[in-house]
Amino acid sequence: MNYYLSEELNDIKEICAGIAEKHIIPVRALLDEENRFPREIVKAMSDGGLHGIYISEEYGGSAEMFGGGSMALCIATEELSKACGGIALSFAANALGAMPIMIFGSEEQKKKYLPDLVSGAKLAAFALTEPDAGSDAGGVRTKAIKDGDHYVLNGTKQWITNGGEAQIYTVIALTDSSRGARGLSAFIVEDGTPGFSYGKKEDKMGIRASATRELIFEDCRIPEENLISREGYGFIVAMKTLNRSRPGVAAQAIGIAQGALDEAARYASERKQFGQRIDSFQGIQFMLADMDTQIEAARALTYSVARMIDAGEKKYDKESAMAKVFASDVAMKVTTDAVQILGGYGYMKEYPVEKMMRDAKITQIYEGTNQIQRSVIASALIKETAARGK
Amino acid sequence: MRIVVAVKQVPDTSEVRIDEERGTLIREGVPSILNPFDEYALEEAFRWKDELGGTVIVVSMGPPQAEVVLREAVSMGADEAILLSDRAFAGADTWATSHTLAKAVEKMGDIDIVMTGKQAIDGDTAQTGPSIAASLDWPQITFVGKVRELTGKHIIAERYVEGGSEVIKSSLPVVVTILKDANTPRLPSLKGKMRARKIEIPVWGKNDLELSEEEVGLDGSPTRVVSIATPETFTDGQIHHGEPEELAKLMADSLLGTEDS
Repeated sequence: MNYYLSEELNDIKEICAGIAEKHIIPVRALLDEENRFPREIVKAMSDGGLHGIYISEEYGGSAEMFGGGSMALCIATEELSKACGGIALSFAANALGAMPIMIFGSEEQKKKYLPDLVSGAKLAAFALTEPDAGSDAGGVRTKAIKDGDHYVLNGTKQWITNGGEAQIYTVIALTDSSRGARGLSAFIVEDGTPGFSYGKKEDKMGIRASATRELIFEDCRIPEENLISREGYGFIVAMKTLNRSRPGVAAQAIGIAQGALDEAARYASERKQFGQRIDSFQGIQFMLADMDTQIEAARALTYSVARMIDAGEKKYDKESAMAKVFASDVAMKVTTDAVQILGGYGYMKEYPVEKMMRDAKITQIYEGTNQIQRSVIASALIKETAARGK
Repeated sequence: MRIVVAVKQVPDTSEVRIDEERGTLIREGVPSILNPFDEYALEEAFRWKDELGGTVIVVSMGPPQAEVVLREAVSMGADEAILLSDRAFAGADTWATSHTLAKAVEKMGDIDIVMTGKQAIDGDTAQTGPSIAASLDWPQITFVGKVRELTGKHIIAERYVEGGSEVIKSSLPVVVTILKDANTPRLPSLKGKMRARKIEIPVWGKNDLELSEEEVGLDGSPTRVVSIATPETFTDGQIHHGEPEELAKLMADSLLGTEDS
């Protein structure tokens, strides 16, 4: 479908396609097998100028050129994900780590941290999840206690994407344990700060080229100017950040699904059984038609949400959740069907679709499970209905 | 350091077919691309510009649409681009082409190095680079797999030749043709693409280069392509297993037509 992307957005697409062809496709299976972070590829992304596309020109980025940055982020994430959802995640998680600073950071914080993210000199990560705080952000146990002009952090963050690879972490911690979610605050913690170390490296089902690691804070002292926004605003910072980044997860899911469909359609045009190409069988044709249609519907929804954000809309939590739920469910369905179309070959690691199926699964889980997203959508719907009733 | 990279727009040969009756390439519907070997020449120029500073000027002779490959080179990092285009240039062979390119290099002035890919994938002649050097009366180093050293005064480069390599030192200015071994070409950047869209590309014709009708295009070309054809492919090969002596005899018999003797 023609989305009438601007020339600039098409540039992003072409650059990502070039990186995918030259740097990602040749190594994706190896990185997946070895559970290895793609440092060279992240470098190629910065050389291409990709890390600046969602950051304002004021801080060295180019978001204005793309109408705001949300569409730009979606286009890049989708295109990279067609080749590898894991490698694309390292790019998208960098944006996620940068967002709290972009949206809520002070002028000093933006000037200090954003230019290095644009140039690729540094990578960012976002740290909210803990062993007891997943969907329920109120379960955060990591504490940040004020001590003079410093905060002292103690606790453990879990499953942090880009953990150990990033230099800048936005960390959500409790500054007032008596107030639950309202006692949370957001902080910037730099790699190398005494008392900050990395724990277990996770061995995951999919997106294995991305780094997922524990962050450990033991009497980690950070200067008070690293507080983002104000004390007690951590929950809002986290929720707004995730609302903004969710279309990016949707774009990742769409990319993975499109990659799988492309493989399945090509295979079906080459594979012969009973003396005919298997794409001449209606059973296969209908599967391919559904896959294609579902992907296009997910894409149309996701781009609409991204354009809404770029247009300056303030409230988009429901739409952002819808895009994430729909696109990730599509990705799971499409990648499963792609494996089915490739049959025995699809189940083998020599073909890329089994990896795509493994990579797709996480998009239904992270940045808010699809069940939580449906709760968000339903409660927004119920509120809208009640408002209409008055 | 002022480096010129001469590039060519070529049909994507992986998709090209030949009209055997007319002896020409069927170009309709075949995408045009930047000659892949020229990407290595561009990268080598960028690499040394990054190290020494300076300017990379990309130049191409071709029809107006060849501008596309110049813009591509700018998106990868070229500072300036010049298109040599004139109806009078049509039908040029390698002699007329390199003579025209050499005139453009002279017009640019103060050029230290001209780089090209080792050859273009359409004509496969590998003559244009050396012929530019001849036309300018500059030294040349062809088939360079590695540029070891480059200063404002000299270049030291390794030529990869059959069975080994030669290390050659030359004064500047010089013409160098680059092999795939030399580097890994960079991809375009977003900034480069933006620049490429906006950059003004001057078009130099016969008169700008002070060339006469007889020196350019078909009139300036001493050679003609008489015919062009796809070689016949052999599909009926044979595989034999056995002792070397036995196989040698079999081969000799086959070649000499003495199989039955």
